[in-house]
Amino acid sequence: MHVVVCIKQVPDSAQIRVHPVTNTIMRQGVPTIINPYDLFALEEALRLKDQFGAKVTVLTMGPKMADPALRKALPFGADEAILLTDRAFAGSDTLATSYALSSAIAKIGQTEPIDIVFCGKQTIDGDTAQVGPGIATRLNLQQLTYVSKIVSIDKGARQIVVHRRAEGGVQVLRTSLPCLITMLEDTNHIRFGTMDDAFRAARYQLTEWSATDAGVPDVAQCGLRGSPTVVKKVFAPSAKTVKASPIAGETPDALAKTLIDTVFTAHPGLQEDLENQIAISTQGASS
Amino acid sequence: MTEQATTRPAGRTVELDERLAAYKGVWVFIEMERGHVHPVSWELIGEGRKLADRLGVDVWGVILAPPGEANMVAAGEAYAHGADGVYLMEDPILADYRTVPFNNGLCTLVNQFKPEILLLGATTLGRDLASAVATTLATGLTADCTALAIDLDTRSMAATRPTFGGSLLCTIHTLKARPQMATVRPRVMAMPPRTAGRTGRIVNVPLNMREDDIITKVLDYIPDRDQEQAQLAFADFIVAGGRGLGKVENFRLVEDLAAVLGAEVGGTRPLVQGGWIGAERQIGQTGKTIRPKLYIAAGISGAIQHRVGVEGADCIVAINSDPNAPIFDFAHYAIVGDAVKILPALTEAFRARLSANRKSI
Repeated sequence: MHVVVCIKQVPDSAQIRVHPVTNTIMRQGVPTIINPYDLFALEEALRLKDQFGAKVTVLTMGPKMADPALRKALPFGADEAILLTDRAFAGSDTLATSYALSSAIAKIGQTEPIDIVFCGKQTIDGDTAQVGPGIATRLNLQQLTYVSKIVSIDKGARQIVVHRRAEGGVQVLRTSLPCLITMLEDTNHIRFGTMDDAFRAARYQLTEWSATDAGVPDVAQCGLRGSPTVVKKVFAPSAKTVKASPIAGETPDALAKTLIDTVFTAHPGLQEDLENQIAISTQGASS
Repeated sequence: MTEQATTRPAGRTVELDERLAAYKGVWVFIEMERGHVHPVSWELIGEGRKLADRLGVDVWGVILAPPGEANMVAAGEAYAHGADGVYLMEDPILADYRTVPFNNGLCTLVNQFKPEILLLGATTLGRDLASAVATTLATGLTADCTALAIDLDTRSMAATRPTFGGSLLCTIHTLKARPQMATVRPRVMAMPPRTAGRTGRIVNVPLNMREDDIITKVLDYIPDRDQEQAQLAFADFIVAGGRGLGKVENFRLVEDLAAVLGAEVGGTRPLVQGGWIGAERQIGQTGKTIRPKLYIAAGISGAIQHRVGVEGADCIVAINSDPNAPIFDFAHYAIVGDAVKILPALTEAFRARLSANRKSI
């Protein structure tokens, strides 16, 4: 069994700052991490390594600076790591990104056929959740998004049963391999790698692929040129024209009273709505 | 693609080439799962109506579902909320959501009737489907939009969404492909007024697939036991906490106030990541979008990620010790101070006020 895990190096969003004057992102000094959602995908892949002896290949696309993310994935127990990097990929939107990644995955599969491609649910910098399904569509893989659990895999029959999160419930789906799975968050816990894995990772030589190495058929479909979406404007949200009314008080108690008086005066009906709500919730609690 | 398309000089006002100009009208995917229409569909019809009026075109709902009476009911609701017509694709294969038949059906409709704009809810179903359709059609898709507008110069949709982990907004256009696709999270757009008796046209189109050709099978559907997720999104009163609370024990203060108000509790992404609250309680772009009558935010700084999730609230009360916290840019009432000290005072004051009122009735 061979599984490929797509990961992305992202800035640690908790530490991003916006320049107060120019309103541009200050990237300098912002530490990078593996997209946290991708770790659920990686752990699920490593469990298939435990269970079936699957080979785990991690793949990322990005500038050369993205190799730390791949380096960090190896000590967890990944076997191979490929960095897809080329100037031609610069400025890719999700459509162009899925094109480049699916080309590379097809190339990986030529040497050793792939059973499952794993992705995180989404990234924390883009938050689109579009690249995983994009890869599945391009490679004609069965698409299983928001998977909360792999119930079973029948290697002989090449079938897999999963739980997929839907609105208001969980779908139990059965499909055939190969498939693409995007893992839901909080479904597992990334392991501590072994010492062997740590040593191996330290010595490991990353594979670096250009567009040509990855066998990308049409470079015009990559990068800015291959991206149908165009970012026209990036801006900071404007403050409301009416500023928030400050509420103050000598003591917290006085402040609380002032707030309630002010809010109830400005929003007539709110007090009655609250009374009704409390009546409903007490009823619910006692029934 | 035609040769001319690539050699045409760049300019601000781009005349749509013939291929793109053939795409007309605004479509909204009406999300029906197990006979139930997700309300985000009506919110999008309301938004689609505004875009269509600006373009001078019609709004169409698209229903992919198994045959049944629910479909005509849904079509009627689509008209009542502002749609001019509905494309209806009925087939038993469409009983449960699966990517392949839904992608196939929606792409068939798009290729046949050529809409210029296609909107879907940013639900688990909508995001799964939108990505597959945009990839199949090789067109642009903008996720989780918080505002949609039309740029008449280019006759293109301006789709605004938060970017870079939620610190900035960006406006995205799809200039050289159609349809222009976008997803919008539930509750981000206001529910349009419902006009009873409004009618529309229905166009039936067959799916033309065989169940045997579809590899993925739905074995079972396990409904959620609790409706917590729905409760938070639709709650009228919400109290939420952020990192400004300091430590996990202090989250109890948020729960105490919520209990007195009969309110739901929520929190920011860092609280979910820190394990203080479950993911179903997260408010913000990657959590729930809320539209309560009263929202009390304690120790929340108000990054855009959070802002876009709460801006629809009628009344926002923010408590934060930093007078420059961005939350004060969009809150209605600002309390500069330590939430840990102020929350218990608020709890007591509300308890006194509301119970006093109840006795006087």
